[in-house]
Amino acid sequence: MSESAAIRDAYWRGVRHGLPFLLVIVPFGLLFGVAATKAGLDLAQVMGFSIMVIAGAAQFTALQLMGDHAPVVLVLAASLAVNLRMAMYSAALTPHLGKAKTWQKALVAYFMVDQAYALAANEYESHREMSRAAKLAYYAGVCTPVCPNWYVATLVGALVGAQIPPEFALDFAVPITFLAMIGPALRTLAHVAAALVSVVGALALSFLPSGVGLMIAALAAMVTGAQVELWVARRKAVQG
Amino acid sequence: MNGYSDALVWGIIAALGVGTFYLRFSFLGFLGDRQLPEWALRYLRYTPVAVLPGLVAPLVLWPSGTGGETDPARLIAAFAALGVGVMTRNTLWAILGGLGALYLSLWLVG
Repeated sequence: MSESAAIRDAYWRGVRHGLPFLLVIVPFGLLFGVAATKAGLDLAQVMGFSIMVIAGAAQFTALQLMGDHAPVVLVLAASLAVNLRMAMYSAALTPHLGKAKTWQKALVAYFMVDQAYALAANEYESHREMSRAAKLAYYAGVCTPVCPNWYVATLVGALVGAQIPPEFALDFAVPITFLAMIGPALRTLAHVAAALVSVVGALALSFLPSGVGLMIAALAAMVTGAQVELWVARRKAVQG
Repeated sequence: MNGYSDALVWGIIAALGVGTFYLRFSFLGFLGDRQLPEWALRYLRYTPVAVLPGLVAPLVLWPSGTGGETDPARLIAAFAALGVGVMTRNTLWAILGGLGALYLSLWLVG
């Protein structure tokens, strides 16, 4: 296969692999548009979030804390903490794409959503013979259906959100969305322990100014997760 | 938005946008092939499960839709969303399960 055919092939494979994720992106984007509009952001601000940040969990986090009138520094700290995982994605993609041109890497970084990372990392590991151009084409392919539809879904949610009557209890769509992200993330005992400490800590410290208790609880939860992981590993080593 | 000026909201959006971009660009752009130390990776693995549960817990117990009053229908919906997510490992099913349980229990409990 010629190089240009391989690149075309990689692009369309990426598109095909990205398409099923529309089922996640579209409802999620709709909900963000609805929730952000209900919280009082104007259309430009709602779209500003989805276009400039392009990270669902962090956008919902910021929205929630802003709704609680948390201090700006805590809004930013909590939302960026939710996005810290993306530094891991960046590190994982560097062996494959680190030598690409700077503008290409900037685009890869901008579009680095969970789905793009997960699909690309998997594809690059299972097709080690791919050229760098083909890897970039695959990544662009994955992002083609996923990312623009994040903007479109947000826009639709923002436009229709105001017309949804209160009987639909959409106030509770945001907690459900968070819980739906937490469930699949509870992969190990350490993850469960961290989540429990986070919940107990945040509730126990809820008398503190908004956002402060959450920050303390989150730090304690991170330490808990890391320590439980070490403890489990040590037990396994002893038993093994 | 209540409590924040328009300029401040835009400031938050811009800061979040730039900060998130730098997290995504970090290793690709300027840190290169450097390995993160094991202890840092260990903390990073737990940031989502450390932040999100604490954020959602008060929203579940004291929902805004009822003026902060604990509501059985919303509690049931919360456990359904979490349970479906744990069982299926799929965010979409968890959202649908949670919303389904919410409407069913709102309709039953009233």
